[in-house]
Amino acid sequence: MTIDLNAAFESGLQYFGKMTASISHEIKNVLAIINENAGLMEDLVLMANKGRPLEPERLTTLAGKIISQIQRADGIILNMNTFAHSVDEFQKRIDITETLTLVVSLSNRFASMRGVAVELAPIHNPIRINTNQFLLENIVWLCLDYAMDEAGHGKRVVLNAEKVDNAIAIRFAMPEGVTGDFSRIFPGKREEALVEILAGDLSTHRDRGEIVLTLPTEIKN
Amino acid sequence: MRILLVDDEEELVATLAERLAMRGIDADWVTNGEDAILKAETESYDLSVLDVKIPRISGINLKRELEKRNPHMKFIFMTGHGSEADYKAGSEEAGSEFYLIKPLDIRLLIEKINTALNSVGGSI
Repeated sequence: MTIDLNAAFESGLQYFGKMTASISHEIKNVLAIINENAGLMEDLVLMANKGRPLEPERLTTLAGKIISQIQRADGIILNMNTFAHSVDEFQKRIDITETLTLVVSLSNRFASMRGVAVELAPIHNPIRINTNQFLLENIVWLCLDYAMDEAGHGKRVVLNAEKVDNAIAIRFAMPEGVTGDFSRIFPGKREEALVEILAGDLSTHRDRGEIVLTLPTEIKN
Repeated sequence: MRILLVDDEEELVATLAERLAMRGIDADWVTNGEDAILKAETESYDLSVLDVKIPRISGINLKRELEKRNPHMKFIFMTGHGSEADYKAGSEEAGSEFYLIKPLDIRLLIEKINTALNSVGGSI
């Protein structure tokens, strides 16, 4: 079977674009909040100049809110930087917990927009695999995106990973069941191409509300 | 003049409401579409400031829902994206003069509110 490189290439570009657009939206929101808090400080000073007493605690609270938003922006930018460096090497040894944590963090806004809670179950023993980091992030996102749609508003998607012999299994569980009918074509061309490049396997299990992505611990060139 | 602010960032709308109140504009806020619809069913608003993208419903669809409940309500859209697609959608729905990019300039927002409601006011 020939790998559909065009589908994988297109998927990668779409993923990169979607994530960077989402990150820019989040940064804009942080800036908007900082802007309003700074504006409110300015308003309070203006009113103090007109005789209204200025409460120092109020300024302290506003300064704290600004600091908190700066920390939020710092986290967003750290994730953006890690994400951008995902394409540095074609293949490298990666920590699955770190990768899943990054994908979940980048997906938070999409989850929030759908009213879905995404949880990463604790992975007690570190799992490292030798693979293409960006393509892995891409396929995990596509599975998560589909799982969020299928879980539906007010439900959860729980990610878990475990080592099974010379492979790892990443599970996207919808413990409250699926509201969709799993009728959308999944895996589609993009998912199939990515899974094939990563030498893995992808299966959906409507009966137990789960998507399972299996990947080898060592991908062969 | 009563205004409803809708954005999923609570700190943004809460602070903006306080700043508008300082300027004599009575503003309520909510962080999702369902609450906005509930508010519109029980309260009367002259204008709503909506984010183009809010949880579980687009700002455009929310505008239509709010209009059903109050046909006289005016709208101003705001967005963090500033993308061409958002601009097109927002400006087609509300008119390009009622479309703002975050971070907001409060003087510009008040100017838009005054234009939309044909009113004057809004300074500290």
